[in-house]
Amino acid sequence: MNTRDTGSKILPDIIRPYGDTTGDGMVQVSFTLPIPHDKRAEGAALQLAAKMGLAPALLVHAKAMGSDFTFFIVYGSVSHLVDLREVVVIEREFAMLSAKDVNAAIKKRLRRKLVVVGACIGSDAHTVGIDAILNIKGFAGGGKGLEYYSEIRVVNCGAQVPVPELVARARAEKADAVLVSQVVTQKDRHIHNTMTMSAAFREAYPAGKVPLLVVGGPRFEQGSEDALGVDRIFGKGTTPGEVASYLVHAMTQAGAQTMTTTKEQS
Amino acid sequence: MSTKAKLELDPAVIRTARSLARKAGAPVVKIAKTHTTVSVERAVLRLAGLSGADHEGAPWVNHLVDAVRGEVGLELGVTTPVFDALRRGEAPDLLTLAQKSAAGSVSFHLPQGREAHAAQSLALRSVKPGIARIDKNRATRDRLMKRHGDPKQRPWIYLIVATGDIYEDIPQAQTAAREGADIIAVIRSTGQSLLDFVPEGATREGYAGTYATQENFRLMRAALDDVSKELGRYIRLVNYASGLCMPEIAALAGLERLDMMLNDSMYGILFRDINPIRTFVDQRFSRQIHARAGIIINTGEDNYLTTADAVDAAHTVTVSQLMNEYFAKEAGLQDWQLGLGHAFEISPEIPDSFRMELAQALLARQLFPKAPLKWMPPTKHMTGDVFRGYLLDGFFNLAGVMTSQDILLVGMMTEAVVTPFLSDRDLALQNVRYVLNAAGGLTEDFHPPRDGFIQNRARQVLSEAVDLLEKIVNDKGEPGSVPLLQAISDGTFGLMKRPAHAGKGLDGVVKCAPGYDNPASTLLEAGTGK
Repeated sequence: MNTRDTGSKILPDIIRPYGDTTGDGMVQVSFTLPIPHDKRAEGAALQLAAKMGLAPALLVHAKAMGSDFTFFIVYGSVSHLVDLREVVVIEREFAMLSAKDVNAAIKKRLRRKLVVVGACIGSDAHTVGIDAILNIKGFAGGGKGLEYYSEIRVVNCGAQVPVPELVARARAEKADAVLVSQVVTQKDRHIHNTMTMSAAFREAYPAGKVPLLVVGGPRFEQGSEDALGVDRIFGKGTTPGEVASYLVHAMTQAGAQTMTTTKEQS
Repeated sequence: MSTKAKLELDPAVIRTARSLARKAGAPVVKIAKTHTTVSVERAVLRLAGLSGADHEGAPWVNHLVDAVRGEVGLELGVTTPVFDALRRGEAPDLLTLAQKSAAGSVSFHLPQGREAHAAQSLALRSVKPGIARIDKNRATRDRLMKRHGDPKQRPWIYLIVATGDIYEDIPQAQTAAREGADIIAVIRSTGQSLLDFVPEGATREGYAGTYATQENFRLMRAALDDVSKELGRYIRLVNYASGLCMPEIAALAGLERLDMMLNDSMYGILFRDINPIRTFVDQRFSRQIHARAGIIINTGEDNYLTTADAVDAAHTVTVSQLMNEYFAKEAGLQDWQLGLGHAFEISPEIPDSFRMELAQALLARQLFPKAPLKWMPPTKHMTGDVFRGYLLDGFFNLAGVMTSQDILLVGMMTEAVVTPFLSDRDLALQNVRYVLNAAGGLTEDFHPPRDGFIQNRARQVLSEAVDLLEKIVNDKGEPGSVPLLQAISDGTFGLMKRPAHAGKGLDGVVKCAPGYDNPASTLLEAGTGK
């Protein structure tokens, strides 16, 4: 069998799940089928297990949940093999950090709080996106917002903020980063708004001093940062932790004293 | 709720804590009494029977309040100019008036003398049926509870449904009740707290929850009435009187016979950045309605522990409970209506974490012996390891029965992973039933030894709470500033700094002028709801 070297340990290329013996392939799954509990239901569960590649499959638990559903737990040996050579790992350009590490990194690099100014610009009144990233409590399981980070000072300007006002506020607060959310958009308003915003920042700041410009929203095309004149785009499902980790990453890229970048570099 | 004192707390310290809470709260109540908000005024119009929305979904109450505010201001309340306009024949009824006002074709005046008096007495007569409907709903609830009966066990079992679609929620809620839930909470759509209007009608689209609307309330209450009858057990319905429309949602809850409402004194300020004055004004009015409607409020102290450390910040929970109690009682709520919250959020990695949980839960139990305490499950230390989460929920349930908690929010092992599967809910209920069945009577045997770990920990938390309250009361900012507001603005709670002159909804706050009239407040404060 071919093997690969990952540091100190030699791993085989082909592996199977491990129950209590090498190569036994044992896994455990649980699921619900929308049928009443009877012999046929148990047969149905075993059929599903077989189709999932469990052979032999052992139905260890079946329980009616109300009159219309049955819950199953199945153990079995899975026939599939895992080829480690085919595993592709998609790397973020930055490492995910814990809140503690984010705070420590900011403390070490900046020796002051990192200032983040956030807003919804244009006609967009939907603060859900920006609030999910900024609000201390966060939303819907995405984790605590940036307000939770002791070394980040958050200024949330809210909804429908005119671009000149956002620029003025960013200057007044000495923002290191500006976060803009565009949730609801029609006829590519989000693109137009974002380009207007980035142009206004470039105009208002000397070259190389523009705060980090970050936009988020479900409609942005990933990889279109340069076209929009921003440093980073975040899509749907982004967590505050990712944004915080990115900010630390960007800060490190920009050197120890200042985290501002020029658009040309990005 | 009949636990004998187990902690041997010093009654003098408890008295001090309450008197400090009163000292901290009283100046805020004074502010609440001298201000109104757009949402309070809209709630009054709802009680006067105005409902519905235009074709774009903007409610008529918003149109009418905005029109009055634009023309004559809200300093005297919305009802005087509105009912004056009706008396002058600008429109035959409120709905037509609101529709005409949206088109800008009504002129509002501030009537003087006899005219003002006549408008106010018409306003009072018009709001009365709304209050009467709340009274009638309360009587209906009492009757149904007598007929169907209360849950056999304490704690009551509280389950959440949230599909976003009210027509999906209904069968799920009914199934949950059949599986053993005593209380059904319908989580709201994310972001509703920041909408400055209440959406209209039955809704089928929501994000991580279902919109709170009058029609959704009505549909769900009717469905739960059916299942209550089937099960021989009155199933309570919960929603959220929080966010920018707190007073209106409280009014709708009273009008549609909801049974419990989440309603915290500081949650919106700290966690949703809603203006502090707006929150306290809205909250007082909404609590007056809850008091009248016989609704049990649920407070949100669990939230402090999700942002701050549950050991270090334990006393902030106690402080918030004391503040919630003060504000609630001032607004007319009785002890049995105070579902004060707390949560099982101490890191399981810490030695003696379970003993500290027991100390904190007993402390709440003993400080508020007659309040139906709401006991909330672990969320912060739930990981993707659902097996470990299931064990943690078991310990949470055990702490709940050992310390005689009243409302048990059922913990899901898939917390922080996915929206619970049907099977997750079933497993969670099995967990609760096993613990109740195996250890439900354990409270009888459980007496922490004198000056032992649990007694000492509880005393320490209480004394830290008193220290914090003292700090708040003595927090002198600029001259004339209100200490509690100053403390909120300094970041005393949940680490959040929320200044009194900032936050969402500030522009909806209005200082009342002499002669301000609010017929709903008049009726609610007259207090004939019993």
